[in-house]
Amino acid sequence: MRSNNQKLSGADIFFECLRREKVEYIFGYPGGAVLKLYERLYDVDFLKHILVRHEQGATHMAEGYAKATGKVGVVLVTSGPGATNTVTGIADAYMDSVPIVVFTGQVPSHLIGNDAFQEADIVGITRPITKHNFLVRDIKELASIIRKAFYIASTGRPGPVLVDLPKDVVNSVCEFSYPEKVEIRGYKPTLYGHQNQIKKAADIIKKAKKPLLYVGGGVIMSGGERELRLFAKENKFPVTMTLQGLGAYPMNEDLSLGMLGMHGTYWANQAVNNCDVLVSLGARFDDRVTGKIEAFALNAYKIHVDIDPTCIDKNVVVDLPIVGDVKHVLAELAAEINEPPKIDEWWKQIQRWREECPLKYEKNDGKLRSEFVIEKLSEKTKGEAVIVTDVGQHQMWVAQYYKFTNPRSHLTSGGLGTMGFSVPAAIGAAFAIKDRPVISISGDGGFQMNMQELATAVYNKLPIKFIIINNSFLGMVRQWQELFHAEKYSFTDLSASNPNFVKLGEAFGMKSFSTNNPFDVDDILDEAFAVNDGPILIEFKVVKEDMVFPIIPSGQTIKEMMTKRLDPKEMV
Amino acid sequence: MKHTISVLVENQFGTFNRVVTMFSGKGFNVHSLSIGETEVPDISRMTIVTSGDDKIIEQVVKQLNRLIDTLKVVDLTGQPKIERELALITVYYQKGTRTEIVNVANIFRGKVVDINNKSITLEITGPPDKIDAAVNVLEPYGIKEMARSGTVALKRGEQIKHDKKDILVNHIKEGTK
Ligand SMILES: Cc1ncc(C[n+]2csc(CCOP(=O)(O)OP(=O)(O)O)c2C)c(N)n1
Repeated sequence: MRSNNQKLSGADIFFECLRREKVEYIFGYPGGAVLKLYERLYDVDFLKHILVRHEQGATHMAEGYAKATGKVGVVLVTSGPGATNTVTGIADAYMDSVPIVVFTGQVPSHLIGNDAFQEADIVGITRPITKHNFLVRDIKELASIIRKAFYIASTGRPGPVLVDLPKDVVNSVCEFSYPEKVEIRGYKPTLYGHQNQIKKAADIIKKAKKPLLYVGGGVIMSGGERELRLFAKENKFPVTMTLQGLGAYPMNEDLSLGMLGMHGTYWANQAVNNCDVLVSLGARFDDRVTGKIEAFALNAYKIHVDIDPTCIDKNVVVDLPIVGDVKHVLAELAAEINEPPKIDEWWKQIQRWREECPLKYEKNDGKLRSEFVIEKLSEKTKGEAVIVTDVGQHQMWVAQYYKFTNPRSHLTSGGLGTMGFSVPAAIGAAFAIKDRPVISISGDGGFQMNMQELATAVYNKLPIKFIIINNSFLGMVRQWQELFHAEKYSFTDLSASNPNFVKLGEAFGMKSFSTNNPFDVDDILDEAFAVNDGPILIEFKVVKEDMVFPIIPSGQTIKEMMTKRLDPKEMV
Repeated sequence: MKHTISVLVENQFGTFNRVVTMFSGKGFNVHSLSIGETEVPDISRMTIVTSGDDKIIEQVVKQLNRLIDTLKVVDLTGQPKIERELALITVYYQKGTRTEIVNVANIFRGKVVDINNKSITLEITGPPDKIDAAVNVLEPYGIKEMARSGTVALKRGEQIKHDKKDILVNHIKEGTK
């Protein structure tokens, strides 16, 4: 190992820091301002650089890697356009609390502010969409800033951190010393919940007649799924999950009510509406979950566990906040509750709701439907695959019909709703996940937003299954147009402009399939899952104008829930 | 309701911007904002006067705390405190009104800091409502220009209710990093 006092170049320091942070992959793209780093990278053997095709792809890959593993995803890009191309991915990571560190090249310090070639004030641009960002102004700060960047990204409520590296800083030399400990006096995340609050919560939960656990992505991020499972099972608590929380509790088990919110199940939303104690675990009362705020869990005593104090009382005012890491709080809560509350009546009620309005779709007209494809996938993979979705109808159908059994298995852009997420995020995940299939599911619209990254997947021989649910429409927007915008299908029909997806896949060097026949689905999936030396592509041509049901229109309540398309006859 | 929030921040490149960006990004009001050095060289104090209902103010304080560069956030509203603002006010005078204006300055314990053949510039310091009152009285004479510094504030006495980042109080008291 290198001695600590040797003079090293900025580029050496950079990679030495990454080595100490145990970085395995960098997703990057070279350019003028980072040439020195790439020069050094040529000889680096302790990590792998993945050349992407667009910097947005790099950020989503880092997110996919981070979401699938819990480790920090790392991105390296050049200044100016390289940096601005990362903005969407950074914003996405910010909204979904994904730990990534983005290194951007910058013009030399003395040119900053001069409109120099390929200059962009990326620190200014990303200030509101990063957990924190840094401009390295002196090589002496480089090592400690990198250390802090990884620390900030991965602790507390995780999030993206950007480090801007002026060219002259990277080119200069300095003695290297890596701080053993990180001391940031303004940053001390709270880990352990307040004892009295936890006791009080336990007392209330013990007395509950109609309790409900409302589980968000925080449970998965904190690694608290084991604690959740024990807590729920011991007490037979019903569990509903947010989009980001899916898989925290196995969805094939009875205690799972599936997803809640706008496209959540009828019974999960009824349960929220009627529970007497709502225990929110690492969730943030997002408007897609709550609908009309004033009516959300109206009569429930609300307990809110979250590591981020700003989440508490932001959207919904709660009765009992507990700031702390959900994993720890759950363990302590479980220890406090020694006798399960009696809630048999509550379960009977939930069962009635389940029967009253199950998830259903038309199966008997011989036409291919997304729901069917996703159900098949769920069966074939026993709910154990890593599913990376894009944004739109197919995303909601995955949430409804894929029975996730593991955490870190449902990767999706929830907060920002970024189309184009799936293809690169699946690639990032596939670098880390080798023991389970990685499946990317996109709509025909979103697929075309980052399909350049197929080249990255093919080059790296990643056995990803790229699935396109092709309904020839920007389906989710079409659905809103039909329901809420007078059926004006303004610029959502892609049928005349979509490419031939099979030829496209083949052009990238992938074995590619297409079908519109439900009876082919089994065979195609079997054939596709047999391929393991590289990616494959499947286009499922599904019914064009299907809608996702149930739906609670934005800002409304379960009373306004629609469960099926209005029959024209009923409308008159 | 107006709140005066005192924030200790890292005296560092970009910190000011971070706070301002947070306020505009979250849609919080800023009535005045001042920043300056403290007795510790690498710590600055920002005094922010903002307004909103309790729920909003709670968010303001939490969001400020959440920023990595903030060391300590205290809502001074309702606490014993000293609040001061400085205003420079240039007022037109006519024959006969000059002494009146100087009298107004005296009543408010202000000073005349500049004068020419048309206008007179007063310097007035005090709590913001005193400045408001002075402005109100001077308005009829014709205010040509005015610059107000924004409020700075310190709590009175020693005891403050510490919030989450109170470890720093000790740091700051000892003047250590
Ligand atoms: C980058 C981006 N642009 C626009 C939108 C708005 N939007 C949300 S869903 C959607 C339609 C998606 O269509 P498609 O990818 O075909 O998926 P489908 O809904 O048909 O499953 C659009 C345009 C978005 N979420 N992201």
